[in-house]
Amino acid sequence: MIDVDSLSVAYGDVPVLEDATFTVESGEFVGLVGPNGAGKTTLLRAISGVLSPDRGTVQIDGVAIHDLSSRESSRLVSVVPQDTHLSFSFDVRDVVEMGRTPHRSRFAPPTPDDRALVDDALERTRTARFADRPIDEVSGGERQRVLLARAIAQDTPVVLLDEPTASLDVNHQIETLELVCDLVADGKTAVAAIHDLDLAARFCDRLIVLADGTVLERGPADEVLTADAIARAFDATAAVTTNPVTGTQTVTALSSDHDPGDGDDLETPDRVHVLGTGPTAAGVVARLAAAGVDVSVGPVSSGDAAATTARRLAADVLTVEPFASLSQETLATLDDHLSDAEATVLADLEVGTGNQLVLESLAEESGLVVVETRPFDERNYAGSRAKRLYDDLRRRGREATPEELLEAVARIDPTGDERPRQPLESDDD
Amino acid sequence: MERPARIVAWSGALIALLVGVVVGSAAIGSVRIDPVTVAMAALNAVVVPAGVSVGPTTIPVFGWTVSVPTLEYASVFAFDVPETHQIIVADVRLPRIALAATVGFALAAAGAVMQGFFRNPLADPSIIGVSTGAAAGAVAAIAFPAIAPFESLHLSAFVGAVATAFLVYAIATEGGRTPVATLLLAGVAIQAFLGAMISYMLVHSGDSLRQAVVWMMGHLNNSTWSDVGFALPVTIVGVAALGAFTREMNVLLLGEEDAYHLGVDVERTKLLLLVIASLVTAAGVAVAGVIGFVGLVVPHVMRLIVGPDHRILLPTSALAGASFLVATDTLARAGPAEVPVGIVTAAFGAPFFLYLLKQREVHAL
Repeated sequence: MIDVDSLSVAYGDVPVLEDATFTVESGEFVGLVGPNGAGKTTLLRAISGVLSPDRGTVQIDGVAIHDLSSRESSRLVSVVPQDTHLSFSFDVRDVVEMGRTPHRSRFAPPTPDDRALVDDALERTRTARFADRPIDEVSGGERQRVLLARAIAQDTPVVLLDEPTASLDVNHQIETLELVCDLVADGKTAVAAIHDLDLAARFCDRLIVLADGTVLERGPADEVLTADAIARAFDATAAVTTNPVTGTQTVTALSSDHDPGDGDDLETPDRVHVLGTGPTAAGVVARLAAAGVDVSVGPVSSGDAAATTARRLAADVLTVEPFASLSQETLATLDDHLSDAEATVLADLEVGTGNQLVLESLAEESGLVVVETRPFDERNYAGSRAKRLYDDLRRRGREATPEELLEAVARIDPTGDERPRQPLESDDD
Repeated sequence: MERPARIVAWSGALIALLVGVVVGSAAIGSVRIDPVTVAMAALNAVVVPAGVSVGPTTIPVFGWTVSVPTLEYASVFAFDVPETHQIIVADVRLPRIALAATVGFALAAAGAVMQGFFRNPLADPSIIGVSTGAAAGAVAAIAFPAIAPFESLHLSAFVGAVATAFLVYAIATEGGRTPVATLLLAGVAIQAFLGAMISYMLVHSGDSLRQAVVWMMGHLNNSTWSDVGFALPVTIVGVAALGAFTREMNVLLLGEEDAYHLGVDVERTKLLLLVIASLVTAAGVAVAGVIGFVGLVVPHVMRLIVGPDHRILLPTSALAGASFLVATDTLARAGPAEVPVGIVTAAFGAPFFLYLLKQREVHAL
């Protein structure tokens, strides 16, 4: 539907797009992601035809868009702008009706078709109830929906959206993107610049990652959104995990400061074992993996967030059946992992009768870091003996918040002897 | 109310207002004439084409004399009106009133277009130098009649106005695009330059200084039907042409990029709007001199009343501008000593504009 071929655009001497090539199939919702200044808006402007490229072509449905008049191209492509100068008081309905401009002849009054499309667009975007209010008196979220309604009324096979969710609060973001998905389900083709990677991963069929004006990656979100790609595109360290609610990618940017020790000459260890459950453990695994640490995890039940995250990040996972007692084999593997690792992190570990033996395996272990977001009593299903063992581990270990994790593991001496303990807060001096 | 009904209702009301203002204005003067007589005298003056004769009428065109077909007219009404009253109304007052209405119509319509075009509430019909260009042409013709290329003062002013608008447009255009901000600044610069030229010419104008100054203040006295004949056709055709672009004007208010995405040929539309609005302004300014504030204030007031939609804003502004200028010109000539109408429009328009500004109503279009 959209064929972009070696598209290059420069503003003066500054290249903004270089040799961008990709194809968007009919009925696809493609997200353009990338850091600020990557060229997302420029690319959309070049596709809409308003900006003439220095080199390369854009074909919509086989027609070179830059050979068309604005009237012809606006029957093929509609654009939902990021922010329009709407500081004048046209009624909402008037603004939506402007979407019919390319289809109407100069003097003809609106046809029944025009009216029906405008009414339908107002209904779909749930803007009908304030259709007679001036556009400058509705909220930012409502205004964005009005602009979307205008594009729907324009009734083009291709819809381009520039940051359609940028100024919206969270429920309106979802609402807007669901509406775009509906349009795509009806057979339209949509391309949207979206800076929120999670939303892009959740709603778009495919993503195109732009950085410095070039197409870095393209494909389905789960192939494209990798920690590596994000590092290259955004120059940021990020953990990519699966959102347990939506089942799609979630990107968490971490501090891009790779040296955890603030000049204290600390090195991140090569291998760390993580024992824990739930989102806290998943977060710990993601942070460690993003920092380049080899991570082993377990034992953990196979459906746990920590396990799924670890599998995604290609970490070593020791999985067990939920609630089952640990076999000798499992405990032996755990011992191997523990001895391979330079440090061990306990992350909100839930202890039940099935897995309480791990506490004993850890009894001999040095180099412990304890990350807790919930009190142990809420996580303990194995009685007072387990609590005694856990309290002992916590006493010997180094407590850290999720943010302090990397520094805490770096302070573990790989030889097994702990460095002199000092409060983490004092590092600021 | 549905939009077409609103347009008809507002235009109808404003036409009625204009008729009232015209009749009232024609009744006022050193000889008071009652409105009924005025109306009858005005109707007596109405003529319709009754035939064509190719006769002795000739017009000079670049030194040649050309015979042209002439329409013959016949009166429609024959009310019984005293002859002096008939002459005062039809030959003295009505030409001036008709010219005031024409100029007010032209300036207010052009002002509404320019404010929308520049998305700037301070834009007026002369923003790209049309009035200053007209003044330069007129002052040149007044101060140096020996070297003026045109005999007619109107034509000098008109050519000066159109040439200035063209120059500003040409300066601001680069690579087929005419950014609105560049146009605005080029207009300011050219106006400053022409202002210097005008001052120089005034200093050396000798005996004709007074005539030049009065011209520049805006004047409607001694108007004749031929003045109306100069300004009215351009105004009617021009405003009708602008009326065909009201939908594009609305879309352009969203910004040029949005307008492109909605199918408007932005550069072509901008050029057309600029050319037509400048011609309409030039036609008004050429016969009446620089009359300020009509094109600035009237569209603002109408925008407050009817909203920003040009489909209704353009006709209502034009009609209200016609009434406004007829009314202010009546004030200008009704006092003990006649003053140029430009002084009256500015004296009323400026405080009113400041009032609007304080109400914060004119900050946005």
